[in-house]
Amino acid sequence: MGKWWVKLEIFLKEGILDPQGNTINSALHSLGFEEVEEVRMGKILKLKMEGETEEEVRDKVKRMSEIFLANPVTENFEIKVEKICE
Amino acid sequence: MRVGIVVFPGTNCDYDTFWALKLAGLNPVFLWHKEKDLKDVSAVILPGGFSYGDYLRAGAIARFSPLIDRIFEFAEKGGLVLGICNGFQILLEMGLLPGAMLPNDTNTFICKPVYLKVENNDSPFLRKYQVGEILKMPIAHKEGRYYIPERDLLALEREGQVVLRYVGPKGESDLKFNPNGSVNNIAGIVNKKRNVMGLMPHPERAVEKLLGSDSGLRLFLSLLD
Repeated sequence: MGKWWVKLEIFLKEGILDPQGNTINSALHSLGFEEVEEVRMGKILKLKMEGETEEEVRDKVKRMSEIFLANPVTENFEIKVEKICE
Repeated sequence: MRVGIVVFPGTNCDYDTFWALKLAGLNPVFLWHKEKDLKDVSAVILPGGFSYGDYLRAGAIARFSPLIDRIFEFAEKGGLVLGICNGFQILLEMGLLPGAMLPNDTNTFICKPVYLKVENNDSPFLRKYQVGEILKMPIAHKEGRYYIPERDLLALEREGQVVLRYVGPKGESDLKFNPNGSVNNIAGIVNKKRNVMGLMPHPERAVEKLLGSDSGLRLFLSLLD
């Protein structure tokens, strides 16, 4: 049984207004960073967990995300798995 | 008539709701969210507040409380379930009502009186109101931007499930009276069977003229029939 760090990134789906991202975008423009077109602000969750394989860990976090951690109506998520060497 | 008020850690409108129900002549009882049965109530109210601190998303954690399964079965059998503010958010997370709640487009917590138009009174919660009537009630939320994908929105409107909409003081339909960016100025909806309703404004805080409005009282009186 290995240990893993899983990074789960949750963002509002494209096309859904992200007021926090927009505010940050405006602030960047007023600082002179005009090249920034759009900012989206989301959530990152880090889960330290046990599992045999990367695939198993990924499947479990996918399940958690689908039923609880992300809202399928408004959010998309991305899973990044990293093995912990001990 | 016994009405259950579900209490989660973080609920803060339970006593206001209790008061409003008493005033309407109903018999309110509190139901702790860890309980396993609904104590023979005839209706269930999920009141406002910040269940589990609104961590992750408003209502996302409360949705997994033990009593929620009983409420789900109760609603499926036609039992009356009303969600106010955080309660509305929980009903969306449960899937008893369609759509989802997002943070207000203002990026702020909003606490102020708003005006609402009764779009449809064909439900046990609104039968004491007239269609087209303008109500005044306070809102108090940070995540009150109702969202539903376009295709489902059309169905929701077509089925008459949008029951309350944000309007101006004289009933003006205008985006500028939308406090939080809700799609189509939606403030309250019902399910297809009309036995489940969710609304962001607080009717329990508008049950006496002394509070600035008594527009909300008839919602609780409607339950009596």
